[in-house]
Amino acid sequence: MRHTISLFVDNESGVLSRVAGLFSARGFNIESLNVAETMDPETSRITLVTEGDDFIISQIIKRFNNMVNVINVTDLTDEPRVEREMVLIRVEAKDKTRAEILRMADIFRAKVLDVGQKTYTLELTGDKEKVNAFIGLLLPLGIKEIARTGTVAMEREAKPSKKKGDKK
Amino acid sequence: MARMIGADMFFETLIHQGIDVVFGIPGGYVLKVYDVMTKYEDRIKHVLARHEQGATHMADGYARASGKPGVVLCTSGPAATNTVTGIATAQMDSSPVVVFTGQVPLPYLGSDAFQEADHIGITRPCTKHNYLVRRTRDLPLAMKEAFYIASTGRPSPVLVDMPKDVILGEDELVIPEKVSLRGYKPVMKGNIAQIKKAVGMILKAKRPLIFGGGGLIWSEASEELKTFAHRLEIPVTSTLMGLGSYPADDPLFISMLGMHGSYAANMAVHESDLVISIGARFDDRATGGNFEKFAPYAKIIHIDIDPSTIDKNIVVHCPILGDAKTVLKQMLELLPSEIKKNRKKWLGQINKWEREHPIGYEQNGDKILTTYVVDTLSNITKGEAIIVSDVGQHQMWVAQFYKFKYPRTHITSGGLGTMGFGFPAAIGAKFARPDKQVICVCGDGSFQMNMQELATAVENQMDLKIILMNNRHHGMVRQWQTMFFDGNYSASYFKVLPDFVKLAESFGAKGLKVERPEDVESSLREGLSTEGVVLMEIMVDCEELVYPMIAPGGAMNEMILGASDIA
Ligand SMILES: Cc1ncc(C[n+]2csc(CCOP(=O)(O)OP(=O)(O)O)c2C)c(N)n1
Repeated sequence: MRHTISLFVDNESGVLSRVAGLFSARGFNIESLNVAETMDPETSRITLVTEGDDFIISQIIKRFNNMVNVINVTDLTDEPRVEREMVLIRVEAKDKTRAEILRMADIFRAKVLDVGQKTYTLELTGDKEKVNAFIGLLLPLGIKEIARTGTVAMEREAKPSKKKGDKK
Repeated sequence: MARMIGADMFFETLIHQGIDVVFGIPGGYVLKVYDVMTKYEDRIKHVLARHEQGATHMADGYARASGKPGVVLCTSGPAATNTVTGIATAQMDSSPVVVFTGQVPLPYLGSDAFQEADHIGITRPCTKHNYLVRRTRDLPLAMKEAFYIASTGRPSPVLVDMPKDVILGEDELVIPEKVSLRGYKPVMKGNIAQIKKAVGMILKAKRPLIFGGGGLIWSEASEELKTFAHRLEIPVTSTLMGLGSYPADDPLFISMLGMHGSYAANMAVHESDLVISIGARFDDRATGGNFEKFAPYAKIIHIDIDPSTIDKNIVVHCPILGDAKTVLKQMLELLPSEIKKNRKKWLGQINKWEREHPIGYEQNGDKILTTYVVDTLSNITKGEAIIVSDVGQHQMWVAQFYKFKYPRTHITSGGLGTMGFGFPAAIGAKFARPDKQVICVCGDGSFQMNMQELATAVENQMDLKIILMNNRHHGMVRQWQTMFFDGNYSASYFKVLPDFVKLAESFGAKGLKVERPEDVESSLREGLSTEGVVLMEIMVDCEELVYPMIAPGGAMNEMILGASDIA
């Protein structure tokens, strides 16, 4: 099953490899991983999406809790949450496809970030399904390059976690 | 506030922390630390090991025998990588070892400088935490945190990496009194609702059993355990790591369980209706490895300080997160003054199992049996010595036949099973407990892995005994080859061995050799009462096998009890 895990960690070197190490030690792949500072510059938030056996994921979460640099960890999988991902897509823009690309961007509320001689660069934000659908539609037109942020997620109602420490 | 260089801060902080012995070897990037060390000689004893793996096992043995953190100091690169086996060994058995390594100067990090290795990266999976210190002024805080993390919660090793410029840099010494880490707050007290639930289950149980582990020793819970077991009249079995937490001569004690556990202990687990596990992690060597068939009739209470051990191998009915001693106290407070126990049938059944298949041996040929040697040793020392075993058959026989009475007197590498651990760990244990008789019981295979530390023992004029069971084999490997590989003795025989007596003598130790069963007792007595480092080489039968044995993956009631059980 797919799990979306949210971690608050000390913003310092080495933390990310500790977190990732728990997955690699079990031969697990991380589907996406997003890290950035929170409002407190000493804390980073990690959103991690992985596919795996529920039992092993729960073991990994317990191990996260044991880590000195992990302040708080929540498995958002069964929580009401909002999830978003952003993607940058560079798509081939030929004379006969230019209009269609812009029309599709409009329907998906994507932004055009860069207009070149041969390509358009688009930005889209949405949940994974929306991002995938957009990519699927652009694919036949010739996608040159793609950059996805991976999922960022939040519980719908910020409730204090009971597990460990205080969330910043 | 005093200004000083990092190297001085290192010793000031150690002294502040109450550390008085450090095991190590000097080299490139820690030379300044060693240079200033002579100023602190009156307060900190440095033990010069002969190999960093040895130093790390010494620190580990020191920690296990004393309960205090053991400290290692060494340089970077090969020295640091040499500590890794020792660190992993300590981690598996929850031992608080703090390793300080020198490192290339910060600007050179990652440049493949001479003797550079990524200590932080290499030790990340085998430490509870590790630090790369970036500023001289941060060194005391990192050290305080390291000791705090290593010795609280589930004890574990921690590494502190000290780049040369941090060691040489000068700043004000600020040693924080308290450590506070927002991401690390070990839970000591058990949840009261869970404890009530557990007590309810215990009062109802007909065939309860205490399954004790190494956590009992780290939490110093022996007194509470004894009171608890006696008040409820619950029999006690122990994992390899738990031996010593409960006195072997107590009538409620039914010996070690697991792969080489006693028949009675394993049957009791299998037939129990309530397993109360305290400070154990249901490792496959303790459960037989068949988690599905484990204790099929039992509900399980699991008391442990580490949340990640709960539900890891065995799904339990009542987990209690907390320190063993604290939780036992909490449970004792909830016990009613009158308890209807009615244990006659259960204890009677266990007693019957004990009589049916006791662990034993028959020393009647002209070959010395290791079991006989260990049994004799147990009798001679009356279970009062600290026994540090190595890894192999002899280790299992020590666990089966030595009657441990006190916590911290049985020291062995259980989790990682590190051959070569025993002898250096015994050196460390002797530094921790100079008042105690410390005896290393090892195999010829294991001893060869760290025998260079004979020099360390002699140099420190230690009173340390080594009982080397020489069966000319990797005995445990041979046993598996006998039982599971049709006697194909591949690479388990030593064509060449040193003359261990002469070897000991060449280091300035004393050596004696025992070749006949009738000499075992008198030679042990002689060796044990001779001052100094004494190596007793006992020529033992290589054909003796450790029984009972649960074949890997077997259930706990499926034991091979002797040669006649092997198909
Ligand atoms: C470092 C290391 N290498 C290999 C092994 C695998 N191993 C387990 S027991 C054993 C043989 C031990 O021989 P010895 O020390 O002579 O003890 P005995 O079994 O003969 O009592 C070996 C090779 C190990 N546990 N540790």
